[in-house]
Amino acid sequence: MAGTSKTIELPNPLPLDGGGELARAQLAYQTYGTLNEDRSNAILLCHALTGDQHVASPHPVTGKPGWWERMVGPGKPIDTDRYHVICANVIGSCMGSTGPASLAGDGTPYAMRFPVITIRDMVRALVGLLDALGIEKLHTVVGGSMGGMQALSLAANWPERAARVLVIASTSRHSAQNIAFHELGRQAIMADPRWNKGDYYGGEAPDNGLAVARMAAHITYLSEEALTAKFGRNLQDRPDGTRGAKSFGFDADFQVESYLRYQGNGFTQRFDANSYLYITRAMDYFDLAEENGGKLANAFAGTAARFCLVSFDSDWLYPTAESRHVVRALNAAGAAVSFVELSAPHGHDSFLLDVPALDRVVKGFIE
Amino acid sequence: MSLRPDLEAIAGAIGAGSRVLDIGCGDGALLANLRDTKQVDARGMEIDGTCVERCVAQGLSVVQGDANRDLADYPDKGFDYAVLSQTLQTALRPDLMLDQLLRVGRQAFVSFPNFAHWRTRSALMLHGRMPVTRAIPVSWYETPNIHHVTVSDFRELARQKGAHVEREWFFANGSPVRAGVNLRAEFAVFQLSR
Repeated sequence: MAGTSKTIELPNPLPLDGGGELARAQLAYQTYGTLNEDRSNAILLCHALTGDQHVASPHPVTGKPGWWERMVGPGKPIDTDRYHVICANVIGSCMGSTGPASLAGDGTPYAMRFPVITIRDMVRALVGLLDALGIEKLHTVVGGSMGGMQALSLAANWPERAARVLVIASTSRHSAQNIAFHELGRQAIMADPRWNKGDYYGGEAPDNGLAVARMAAHITYLSEEALTAKFGRNLQDRPDGTRGAKSFGFDADFQVESYLRYQGNGFTQRFDANSYLYITRAMDYFDLAEENGGKLANAFAGTAARFCLVSFDSDWLYPTAESRHVVRALNAAGAAVSFVELSAPHGHDSFLLDVPALDRVVKGFIE
Repeated sequence: MSLRPDLEAIAGAIGAGSRVLDIGCGDGALLANLRDTKQVDARGMEIDGTCVERCVAQGLSVVQGDANRDLADYPDKGFDYAVLSQTLQTALRPDLMLDQLLRVGRQAFVSFPNFAHWRTRSALMLHGRMPVTRAIPVSWYETPNIHHVTVSDFRELARQKGAHVEREWFFANGSPVRAGVNLRAEFAVFQLSR
């Protein structure tokens, strides 16, 4: 479907959790569907780590379908015939919003001069966008994975801005294991000599490091069951068409190796390595309880929003226990909350894939 | 849609605009009824994911959880009424669950199949078999009912817990039973406070 792609510059400097502010922050965003007269049908979608604003229209770089086309569109669970859907590229990213690849005041890319940002900073920018669009209160804020962190952050810090909060396969804090995997990815990027302390714009980018980071992360997005079902120990056929066999070398003998290399390389075509550093950092710093005196329930005290949390039984990146932890806090705060653990084989990526039960829950919750 | 008799009794006794937690809410029939007819702030807990999905699809606030464990997450007296319909007999520790019920709700409703109903008694006495009746329709080896209870047993538990019986209802074959309830009632509903 066709979306409308726009960019705005926030009128005011964006205050940042790390101190200081980001001047002239730009946000690139897409909208689908029509905003109704009383501006009450807006749904904000928050994207995941390497996602972007191209939710339900082809990606301009890869030409692939939008990342949530199965969920968003006319007659789909998030029905663009009824709702005005907004999705903005987060600050720190690289699809049109201000990030480390953007030009600083001196006309050269920020690179590592870009300030370290937080999830709350991303959301503060999104709230700035809503202000600019004249949307006082969202019908729903929706997010999966890092998008779910943004939805929770919005609910906690700007509770009057959303009537419904839908959080899928997400968490209120990064665990030691989550941080560890991100650190692995960052070290892979920074160990690539082309990274050059972040100063590589105009030259060769640290694609090897970024590809390794993506390969490691991709493993965490899939369940062991899904990897086994998809690849098992199958061997990869050679490019000349001969049957796969062990090479007694270090080519991609196994299909799973070939797949990961393909995923890693493909990712470097569309993503900036420094953005990967900054956004993973923001996720690692995320701890909604810490922002609220160590008690997660305080984050939601007095909230009037309705919440729905969804986890997947095969997700070991943000397992069901993390969603339950949020549900417990919401119950303690007396909030209206629904929670369901859905059964799906794909692991963390289930929220992006074909899980009909998720469609029904999303549709039912936002109606 | 008409409600089960025990739910009908509970729905009739719940005040408009109150806060209700239905524990083991199934497909949300009671919650939807209370929301639609009495503007009740209705919440539920249900262990079965498919049931939870159906509840959420109706716009109900229902949490997938195990009442044996997850009731502890709710604040004291956060609800006007806590409802436990046809679930007490499936609890790991019905006594502890009753404590939780009386903690999270100002009042509690408990409904259960009465194991002392004459059909149940006769199955055991005449045939020496575990009863399979209209009220208890599942064989002993696959029933979720792990703590069968009678009307008299429940009264005694409530007394031990210091709970006051506000109201009680008894049913057999969908109709009220008023006398000889421990023998004649298939189902019992108690409204308690503490």
